[in-house]
Amino acid sequence: MASMRDIKRRRISVQSTQQITKAMKLVSTVKLQKARGRAEDSKPYFDCMYKTMTSMLSKAGNIEHPYLKSNDSKKKAVVVVTSNRGLAGGYNSNIVKLITGSDLKKEDVRIYAVGEKGMDLLRHRGYEVVADYSEVIEEPVYDDARVIAARLLEDFEKGEIGEIYLAYTFFKNTVSHIPTLMKMLPVEASEEEAVQEEGADALDRITPMNFEPDEEEAITLLVPKYMSSILYGAFVEAVASENGARMQAMDSATSNAEEMIDDLELKYNRARQSAITQELTEIIAGAEALG
Amino acid sequence: MAEKFKLNIISPERSFYEGDCEFLEFVSTEGELGVYAKHIPLTTILEPCVMKIHSDGEEKKAAILGGFVEILKDKVTVLAENAEWPGDIDVARAHAAKKRAEDRLLAKKEGVDMVRAEAALKRAIARINTVD
Repeated sequence: MASMRDIKRRRISVQSTQQITKAMKLVSTVKLQKARGRAEDSKPYFDCMYKTMTSMLSKAGNIEHPYLKSNDSKKKAVVVVTSNRGLAGGYNSNIVKLITGSDLKKEDVRIYAVGEKGMDLLRHRGYEVVADYSEVIEEPVYDDARVIAARLLEDFEKGEIGEIYLAYTFFKNTVSHIPTLMKMLPVEASEEEAVQEEGADALDRITPMNFEPDEEEAITLLVPKYMSSILYGAFVEAVASENGARMQAMDSATSNAEEMIDDLELKYNRARQSAITQELTEIIAGAEALG
Repeated sequence: MAEKFKLNIISPERSFYEGDCEFLEFVSTEGELGVYAKHIPLTTILEPCVMKIHSDGEEKKAAILGGFVEILKDKVTVLAENAEWPGDIDVARAHAAKKRAEDRLLAKKEGVDMVRAEAALKRAIARINTVD
């Protein structure tokens, strides 16, 4: 049995760890609320952009445009959105697992990292990291997304990369965050979603849409905006998910610490009682020997 | 009284404006455009410009810095990359940005990104015009 002093020391150490996890939980709760607000504010833009883009592509189906088909390069760019800090449970490793577990071949993948944790993990596994935008995720603003989108499109036009993917954590709600891998370019019109709309939207959908400038030029101008808005949307969702994941991780760490403290407290009291009992036995035995 | 249509201006950070509108003015890549209700369906790309929203005899101005517009029969959606009310604009900064962009365009040096300087100039001018 461990000595009373050892147990006491251990209990104090667990207690101070618990204080840290408690504080981190509070901090990430506040940050989560802020990040969730931002994610909700940017949602209409994100959705509207996606809707316009897909409806435009379904109407302009026969257009030949470099952005709409993949070029000869076999390389695939993956924008990996993770966090710069750890202690967020499985948040970062889930994204990494998503990439290693996907059917993208390691030698074809070029990583555009947003977030140090994911970058380090992937580099360690032998992935090629070509760009690092980790500071962006601290405080995502739309301009950063635009810069990254411009770089991606430039590499795409140069033929260095043939397809662009995005790996981020979708913020469904406070407790549920879904690691998602989506294809950004070439843009594919998803026909299922267009069919689902009903009522007033359906009426708007069948009205022929005019474009000014013509479709082809419009696509050239719209795709960069589409890319930046998707990236921005992914960043704000990822920040919300990160804080949600950290809040959960810290919550369970705090309650684990609570359990350990209770357990150690019990052990400590037992040790104390047995020390007292032993002392008493020794005194009585001594007194009897004398008498 | 002119017929009204619904106007939504959305920027990535927030829903910027939501309400009824009688007449809307802005500048697209193809030139200036005014929209009344029952306009033909049209999607067009915006230049950085002053957007004028006419509603109930009032005229509201806003700086719209890039984006695009989707016009439907009774609804107009503006997806702006950046939108600012006159009160949000830092005039001194806009003037400084205008000067910087002009210098860059005049210098015509190698390696200076003309397209970017021009875009910066357009944005600065749109901001200044919104306040005036």
